[in-house]
Amino acid sequence: MAAPEASMSLANADTPVSVLAALRRRPLFLICVGIVAAFALLALVVPFLPVDPAVLNPLRRLRAPSMLEPFGTDHVGRSVLARTLWGTQISLGVGLAVAALTTLAGVSIGLLAGYIRALDMVLMRVMDAVMAVPAILLAIALVALIGAGPVVIVVAISMPEIPRMARTVRAGVLVLRELAFVEAATICGGRLSTILLRHILPSVAGPVLVQATYVFAAAMILEAILSFLGAGTPPDVASWGNMMAEGRQYLEIAPWILVFPAIALTILVLAINVIGDELRDMLDPESAR
Amino acid sequence: MSVVLEAVGLTKTFTLGGGFFGLGAKRTIRAVDDVSFTIGKGRTLCVVGESGCGKTTIGRMILRLTAPSAGSVRLEGEDFTQLRGEELRTRRQRVQMVFQDPAACLNARMTAAEIVAEPLVNFELLDPAGRARRVEQLFDQVGLSRGMMGRLPRNLSGGQRQRLGIARALASSPAVIVADEAVAALDVSIRAQILNLLRDVQRQTGVAYLFISHDLAVVRYIADEIAVMYLGAIVERAPARELFEAPAHPYTRALIASIPATHPRFRKKRAALTGEVPSAAALPSGCRFRARCPLASDICATQSPPMRAIAPGHEVACHNTTTINQGG
Repeated sequence: MAAPEASMSLANADTPVSVLAALRRRPLFLICVGIVAAFALLALVVPFLPVDPAVLNPLRRLRAPSMLEPFGTDHVGRSVLARTLWGTQISLGVGLAVAALTTLAGVSIGLLAGYIRALDMVLMRVMDAVMAVPAILLAIALVALIGAGPVVIVVAISMPEIPRMARTVRAGVLVLRELAFVEAATICGGRLSTILLRHILPSVAGPVLVQATYVFAAAMILEAILSFLGAGTPPDVASWGNMMAEGRQYLEIAPWILVFPAIALTILVLAINVIGDELRDMLDPESAR
Repeated sequence: MSVVLEAVGLTKTFTLGGGFFGLGAKRTIRAVDDVSFTIGKGRTLCVVGESGCGKTTIGRMILRLTAPSAGSVRLEGEDFTQLRGEELRTRRQRVQMVFQDPAACLNARMTAAEIVAEPLVNFELLDPAGRARRVEQLFDQVGLSRGMMGRLPRNLSGGQRQRLGIARALASSPAVIVADEAVAALDVSIRAQILNLLRDVQRQTGVAYLFISHDLAVVRYIADEIAVMYLGAIVERAPARELFEAPAHPYTRALIASIPATHPRFRKKRAALTGEVPSAAALPSGCRFRARCPLASDICATQSPPMRAIAPGHEVACHNTTTINQGG
């Protein structure tokens, strides 16, 4: 009796009161949600702020942070603050798009592979093959093959993440498909879509959500790495990876060019990872407090 | 009496082993071996036997949750084992199931009314208004108050959940309900209520039950006919009353003797079985029960006893039946 009750702890948190109470016990989660929300707000309002990432001012290049330029200027005199703020858009946008694409593709593949035995072998061997290629190599190869562009970058970063998501979902489905309530759904005449979407998917939503936050964070780092290597966002776009790549050459005389986007990326990735950890703890009945 | 469900030579074998790339030795387990029976409209056939004798596998094969290795199931004259895809899905409305664990068989995220309405929606029975009326009627029929329609399963008691499971099984007006240990997980007091409910429902709707149980006390209460299974095969089949009054197979006699007496005065010397159930992967030669049988003779080691009638509707698979009857 204890086991089924415990697995329902997710559903137990369906009243607003218990959700609020649970959140109050997790200040770190709230702080990190606040940080991510602040970055998201910045990304949304930055087009309306009086900051331009593209204005060149060669006379005022490589200036250290000051009252006028809080983050300093880069080697062609562009405002590091303006570029860091605009970079938020790229990082969050890529992260969100990759998380969404990975979840959609990974959940679909995982559900089908886990439930339909005949598809399992084929789908999961393809996933294994994708997993065997290092993520960055695969992304660089795709970008080199098709050419850099927002869609290509998102797809290139998503590809290596999809197998992990598919595996997570498949593992859950393999357990769930044997449970009595899923068999009952079959006996009650449920179509494949009903069984997968109505009876199985809600029970794997927790792990999927957690996995999606990790993908979100990993995607932002991967985007920065790709830009840093020159295989990502075009160099004229203000992305954190591009800024760090350019700042690397001036690290000894103007460290602020590299440091500020790096700090922004670190804080955002850390916050999202902490959210993922906290979500995992909250959704895991074993560690429920 | 019209037959609604007929099993003919149902067999399920599982292959074990094979090892590394199929290089190891393979063993075949006959979980269910050539089982045949019929159930008439509005009748209850109980399948009894100890754990691992294959009774649950029979239920699963009839519901097409497991594919039989051989044999067929005829549902209202139609070969249910041959149906595929959409045809199979639609025909499932004629054979439903009541589960052992009422907590596990209900989707924890659906309300009671949604759970009962699910077969109606899936089988496209009635219009939305008709479905709502049917759900209310089913709640009345299984003794659940309509105020519980919006509740989630975890807010219902064990007995209420089982009533909900029965309401769901009845929703599509099936001809047969497979009840696999349907009361085994319930308290004794609730067990009696649920058994009464199952009997009342049968009287009202004419549904037939395949009732799978290990508990002869429960079976005695609800069965019209009883099939006793041992190691994947039926060893005796008889009308319920006759089976308890004149059990012919030594295994049946041992099972009946193991029912606890209702009063210490009625305690008698137990003819308890000795030994272990042999592995289904290495069945003994001849009669599968001979190793534990008090009456085993030479013929039992060489020939598998066929089912033969010893009275109208009473069949037994034992070489030494007459010996028993003289002794009994």
